[in-house]
Amino acid sequence: MTDILDVLCPMHVVLNKTGHIVHVGPMLGKIRGDADWLVKRFLEEFVLKRPRSISSAKELHELTSSKLHLNLRNHPRIKLKGVLVPGPVTGQLIVNLSFGISVVDAVREYGLTNTDFAATDLTIEMLYLVEAKSAAMEASRKLNLRLQGAMIAAEEQAFTDTLTGLKNRRAFDYIMDRQIISGRSFALMQIDLDFFKAVNDSLGHAAGDHVLQTVSRIMVDETRETDTVARLGGDEFVILFPGVSEPNVLVNIGQRIISELEVPIHFQDNVCQISASIGTVFRSANGSSTAKQLFEDADIALYASKRMGRAQQTFFTDELKETAWGEGAITVQQ
Amino acid sequence: MHGLTNRAIQCFVTDRYGPEKWADCARIADIGVSDFESMLIYEDGQTTQILEAASTALNRPKFELMEDLGTYLVSHPNTESLRRLLRFGGVTFVEFLHSLDELPDRARLAVSDLELPELELRDQAATQFSLSCKSTISGAGHVFIGILRTMADDYGALVTLEHLGASQGVETISISLIVSEFSEGRHFDLGAQL
Repeated sequence: MTDILDVLCPMHVVLNKTGHIVHVGPMLGKIRGDADWLVKRFLEEFVLKRPRSISSAKELHELTSSKLHLNLRNHPRIKLKGVLVPGPVTGQLIVNLSFGISVVDAVREYGLTNTDFAATDLTIEMLYLVEAKSAAMEASRKLNLRLQGAMIAAEEQAFTDTLTGLKNRRAFDYIMDRQIISGRSFALMQIDLDFFKAVNDSLGHAAGDHVLQTVSRIMVDETRETDTVARLGGDEFVILFPGVSEPNVLVNIGQRIISELEVPIHFQDNVCQISASIGTVFRSANGSSTAKQLFEDADIALYASKRMGRAQQTFFTDELKETAWGEGAITVQQ
Repeated sequence: MHGLTNRAIQCFVTDRYGPEKWADCARIADIGVSDFESMLIYEDGQTTQILEAASTALNRPKFELMEDLGTYLVSHPNTESLRRLLRFGGVTFVEFLHSLDELPDRARLAVSDLELPELELRDQAATQFSLSCKSTISGAGHVFIGILRTMADDYGALVTLEHLGASQGVETISISLIVSEFSEGRHFDLGAQL
């Protein structure tokens, strides 16, 4: 009988009625030399994890046909599954074992080969699948990395803010540089949304995105075709007005933008209430300010608007700058 | 055609002849793709166009090149994983031959949309076999000649192979096993860490 079992179940163990090992299949033999298995008690060599607290041969006999979780006492890392049945000789028990999920580790650890497994065993197919799937997964992972790289490159080259359709910072920097080089006068309006963070925090990003899109539309509607509206990121917007060199026109535009933004924006069942603070700076024809300076000055004016209670526009002046310095408000400039 | 097939051709030309030659192939093929992604699908006709472009660029007959491609696939260090996957097919070369029938199914288990040529092995005598290969790509049988010859070396078997021609899209290869354990072959470790 053991000849038959050796072929069909190379990982079996035969026990006598006292629970001692009398025969092991060839695969178990390979794992730990045949000879010193014999005459040892099964429960000395194997640790039964489930069911637990089985300590006698008598208790073993009661486990017939149930699923066992166990491991070799000397190889605790390799987990085994097993099933136990009575053998043809009275009192004899046959335990058939398999590696379960630890099979990949076991094959490595014990140097097992195709011929160690029963011809009908699906282990070889499983090992094949593990390798084939890992290779395929690796190829997919590399493709994903390349696509991600391509996406980042495309975004870096883009001039459009994908959420609002406005120009992005890259585009705006380019347009403003052209404007400075041309030497013609223009105004730079920097707009910060008030209470936008509260919308985002309380109603979520979808509501925030909806507000940003609405705000963008308002700004485009309130400006001329020749003006450039851009979103620099978050809730920061800028508008460049070519040929505008004095406040009159911009006072009105600023007011209209603020009052339009203050109209409650509906999103699903919620109402979003925001406003805006504006800081504006002029660059006269053939002026000397650089783009960096203009942004800094617009920022100082914007800060003044916020400080005076938000929802208003401030035009940059040198006095403002001194006040800001005095208050330490512009020590941290980008 | 699955990107793996086109990518294999690209890697073969690049690894064996250098990236400049591959650039030549891509230019001659003129299909608007110079880098194939192994996990994307491409138009069927492109594979043949590339093979013909490679034949022109490298100044070698197409079928000869396809046989080299087969050899490359199971012997180059960059494609070691493919050799290993084929070795899972059996412990001896004859067992490996018998596993070829199920090769397309095995490939599909790994990559579900990968379609390999339909293969059928016939035993004509203990040491005489024939393999039929049905593929949309003309000359696929030559790729298998390269693969079989190299795998025979891998198993340490001595074989002679002959392409018996094609009829209605089915190519036939005759395989004569001269000595099954001619040399020791290459070692195959089931649990090797790749």
